[in-house]
Amino acid sequence: MQALYSAPETLIRTPSHYCPGCGHGIAHRLLAEIIDEWGIRGKTIGLAPVGCSVLAYNYLDIDMCEAAHGRPPAIATGIKRVHPDNIVFTYQGDGDLAAIGMAEIVHAASRAENITVIFINNAIYGMTNGQLAPTTLLNQRTTTTPEGRDPLAHGYPIRICELLATLEGTSFLARTSLSSPKNVSQTKEALKKGFKTQIEKKGFSLIEVLSPCPVYWRMSPVESLKFIEEEMTQTFPLGVFKDWEKAISAPGGQATKV
Amino acid sequence: MKSSNNKKHLLTGNEAAAEAAILAGCRHYYGYPITPQNELINHMAIRMPQVGGTFLQAESEIAAIYMAYGGAAAGARVMTSSSGPGISLMQEGISYLAGSELPCVIVNVQRGGPGLGDISPSQADYFQAVKGGGHGDYHNIVLAPASAQEIADLVYDAFDLADRYRNPVMLLGDAQLGQMMEPVEFRKTPRTHQTVKRWALTGAEGRARNIVKSFYPVKGELETFNIRLQRKYRAIEHEEVRYEEVNTQGAEIILVAYGTCARICKEAIRRASGTGLQIGLLRPITLWPFPKEPLRRLAKKARAFCVVEMSAGQMVEDVRLAVLDRCPVHFYGRMGGGVPSSREVLKKVLNILAPEGTLELEIPEIPTELGKGLYFSTIP
Ligand SMILES: Cc1ncc(C[n+]2csc(CCOP(=O)(O)OP(=O)(O)O)c2C)c(N)n1
Ligand code: SF4
Ligand SMILES: [Mg+2]
Repeated sequence: MQALYSAPETLIRTPSHYCPGCGHGIAHRLLAEIIDEWGIRGKTIGLAPVGCSVLAYNYLDIDMCEAAHGRPPAIATGIKRVHPDNIVFTYQGDGDLAAIGMAEIVHAASRAENITVIFINNAIYGMTNGQLAPTTLLNQRTTTTPEGRDPLAHGYPIRICELLATLEGTSFLARTSLSSPKNVSQTKEALKKGFKTQIEKKGFSLIEVLSPCPVYWRMSPVESLKFIEEEMTQTFPLGVFKDWEKAISAPGGQATKV
Repeated sequence: MKSSNNKKHLLTGNEAAAEAAILAGCRHYYGYPITPQNELINHMAIRMPQVGGTFLQAESEIAAIYMAYGGAAAGARVMTSSSGPGISLMQEGISYLAGSELPCVIVNVQRGGPGLGDISPSQADYFQAVKGGGHGDYHNIVLAPASAQEIADLVYDAFDLADRYRNPVMLLGDAQLGQMMEPVEFRKTPRTHQTVKRWALTGAEGRARNIVKSFYPVKGELETFNIRLQRKYRAIEHEEVRYEEVNTQGAEIILVAYGTCARICKEAIRRASGTGLQIGLLRPITLWPFPKEPLRRLAKKARAFCVVEMSAGQMVEDVRLAVLDRCPVHFYGRMGGGVPSSREVLKKVLNILAPEGTLELEIPEIPTELGKGLYFSTIP
């Protein structure tokens, strides 16, 4: 009998600590598949953040480094400068990347640091019990915005791809989602493009992945996927914001549909 | 400057630290400008590209320490430097370095505090340097040079110690030592104890993967790790204590001072020679591990200790802990950028010997041959 589908080698077989319906596990799996398909296990170094994916190294059988909250881009810079021919990626949540780590991500991008950033936007702080994130939608209820996010009190959501698209240092920026099989496979293509950008030494790449957190969105996993498609993409449109190969550059704005 | 390392160079302490780091094999430097350490970062900006290394001006001290963390995790010799406020920002990262057991050399050219303070010499970051500074039970190895020459020598040792013990090493200087120019001769063969870093992140080609981390969420694991860390610290305390003794044989009063203050104390001892005053000096070169044993030994003979610091009294606590009540421990300190003069130190000694003020001393003026870079009592 022929196996048509099996778990990637790089994905360590161990019970998952993620909640049912969480997007992190899917994103890990996509990474493991690409590492296998491209045979880059021996060259790849990953950075795990502080957030629900703090234990990402429990699932990926590659050299990995823990990072303090928000600092993966700085640590990745230090690693990449020592090993410029390795593939170095950071894996970060929205609190990690767009709140406490905003300076590090903006400056790594502006330096055109030749790293790949996987940005898991679930519009919430998962690990610390569902507080407001910089990417929380307007009116979205969180534990620290129990009445919903009010722009006058809590500010507006931050669009990272659009923000970074204004920087000359960025080479590939895309926003994808995990809301459907089609979107999952587009996420995988975008991740591949991010790694390709790095391997060809084209500079900074970031893939923002809209990802479900059913637990703190207080929804079922299925409702969460619907929420991404119907609500989240209103604020965070999917698409490619920068692509060095296709000369797509959209400073401050419009995504190009993929 | 060329790294021809067998002749004397006239350098600031900051430049000496940078050049010695390059000679010790450091090829990755990350920093953020702050006075009084700017000569160090500026020197690195010129020299690193010449030797094929990385110089990167980070967006903050937070980024700088984590870039250094990344370089260390990748197996390289890395350095960062700063002063007071910037070192405060680095403390979380230093704790992570200690927790992940990564070797890194951090230079703190101390300035006056708290807050923005000023840019004059100070020793008020002692607690922060030797007591941990960041969160958790950890220690930096802390080296306290007293001249540009000693900065150069100790930077070599700092890299070796960091690698040997997989631990952050802090070189604790001050504005005076960092910015004053002195002749420096770089040790010809750096005793670089280049360890093979099997734990480093290089890509897991042909081997089991490596993980650099300080997170131990499984119950009991973290305590086990901490016990191992503490064992390492005990080994460092056993092996690596360094200090200098001056004139301690038969001394009635033992001065205890490090760095700039130790040089001022040496000057005080010289000025008192021939006056009948018996003053000695114990100069810790490692502030952590602290030279407790030598202090205990001296406490058996001396009449009193006098700790001299540019702080409100920080190292004095460790001296008191070392000698307990075997011997009285006095303190003379200046704060907020104030630098004690050798005359002030001698006056304090007289006051200890005769608190009622009955002891007077003609303090001789400074002999001219001592002007050779050893004497400084005021800061311009
Ligand atoms: C310096 C610091 N501040 C705060 C925390 C606590 N903390 C842990 S995870 C987290 C938020 C994580 O949210 P996000 O990055 O969105 O990741 P998610 O859990 O949603 O995947 C916070 C605030 C910490 N570990 N360190
Ligand atoms: S809290 Fe949310 S992000 Fe965290 S594991 Fe659970 S579902 Fe995933
Ligand atoms: Mg989040």
